[in-house]
Amino acid sequence: MKFRSVFDIIGPVMVGPSSSHTAGAARIGRVARTLFGRQPDWAEIRLYGSFAETYKGHGTDVAIVGGLLDYDTDDERIRTAFDEAEQVGLKFEFITESEEPEHPNTAKIRIGDADGEMELTGISIGGGKMEVTELNGFTLRLTGHYPALLIVHHDRPGVIASVANALAADGINIAHMECGRKEKGEMALMVIEVDQIITDSMIRLITDLDNVTQVSILAD
Amino acid sequence: MDILFSTVKELIGLAEESGRPISEIMIEQEMQITKRSREDVIKQMERNLEVMEEAVEKGLKGVSSTSGLTGGDAVLIQNYIKSGKSLSGDLLLDAVSKAVATNEVNAAMGMICATPTAGAAGIVPGTLFAVKDKLNPTREQMINFLFTSGAFGFVVANNASISGAAGGCQAETGSAASMAAAAIVEMAGGTPQQSAEAFSIVMKNMLGLVCDPVAGLVEVPCVKRNAMGAAKALVGADMALAGVTSVIPTDEVIEAMHRIGRSMPSALRETAKGGLAATPTGKRLEAEIFGKKAAESVAD
Repeated sequence: MKFRSVFDIIGPVMVGPSSSHTAGAARIGRVARTLFGRQPDWAEIRLYGSFAETYKGHGTDVAIVGGLLDYDTDDERIRTAFDEAEQVGLKFEFITESEEPEHPNTAKIRIGDADGEMELTGISIGGGKMEVTELNGFTLRLTGHYPALLIVHHDRPGVIASVANALAADGINIAHMECGRKEKGEMALMVIEVDQIITDSMIRLITDLDNVTQVSILAD
Repeated sequence: MDILFSTVKELIGLAEESGRPISEIMIEQEMQITKRSREDVIKQMERNLEVMEEAVEKGLKGVSSTSGLTGGDAVLIQNYIKSGKSLSGDLLLDAVSKAVATNEVNAAMGMICATPTAGAAGIVPGTLFAVKDKLNPTREQMINFLFTSGAFGFVVANNASISGAAGGCQAETGSAASMAAAAIVEMAGGTPQQSAEAFSIVMKNMLGLVCDPVAGLVEVPCVKRNAMGAAKALVGADMALAGVTSVIPTDEVIEAMHRIGRSMPSALRETAKGGLAATPTGKRLEAEIFGKKAAESVAD
């Protein structure tokens, strides 16, 4: 089930005009910001399909930039996100692609600053809901049925076990798990879907584990 | 994380077996899936209701979108109702005007609650705040109206689509009007099965509706499709309450909507490349709003 909550249907409360092209777009931007962990200095945003055709009329552009500034879908500052971005020093560029995407509402966001960069592909699937399909070159196959932990870590022995142990100690069951890395010994990514609600204290605990560089959660 | 229902048949079955309204089944499922308290879930829905109420009020005072394409029609319809000349009935037109009000606020980048999407956000609140004057519901019943709408929308979203880009306008205003019809029936004292019949009757009349917004804006024809969606929701609810049933079962109607959406060409799925968007006037408006270059790309 892609839609789990009644508030996916009656909701979100949002700044208009489009749930998929405004609210969903803001959420894609905000997830990118959350996964990056800080406000980026620059952003390169590629739009595909219907996003590319109609982004101006739907405020998809201001919404994504608003998301990158950590605004929620009901934050009225979305309307003036371009001005706000300029004030806080976020430079951005939009590129429309003619390539036919797998999903009609697709955005590929590359963001970065002096300390690093990140690339994320998100799709807006309707009613304000979004999914992350790719992160830093890793294809994510999230079912969207469960809360998901995204853990960026160094590719070292024992990291996966330490995360699994931390979850098990708290009675959290792993429903689905994927691990990937770019190159041996380099940056790696763990995606873990779990059956239970992840608390903030659990996120902090995992963040403090050796070789874990970043922990984010994707949930409703 | 147990899902209680994934089809309308299961939803109605649960309501009938336990003698509880559809809204109650939706609240229970929400509590089970999200592990939130009943109080918490209801509180969030009440907030949504407040946002809807504010949007209707704002729209009835008159708003205008940044493009200038839409705005002010809700006021016109209200004034017409007051003139006492309405042919289709005051309640029906009231619902139409309140649906329009919400979508005019949405087009003006105002705050709304998506039901199930922003482009279709007028129908559920439009009908709710119109039948309110006749049925005098409690606040709790008004919140339940939204849970019942949500229960049907939940099935559509998971078994078909609520996205215009994926399934055309039938997936957006079609879903919203059918959801509203089901909720009106419950508020008016109809049975769960009658809610399902109302849903089917309305959805069958929204099948095939394409998503062809002029200049890609959620304005033309979206605002008026919300207006007519609200009208169909009320008529469909009345038909079901009168005892009319749908020959095709609800879940099969939803499946048909899904199939029709999949066979729609992409020009008619929110790309602003076909239908009304591709008319001479549609293209001229696009050129005026976004400049010549945008209009050329639409003409391709």
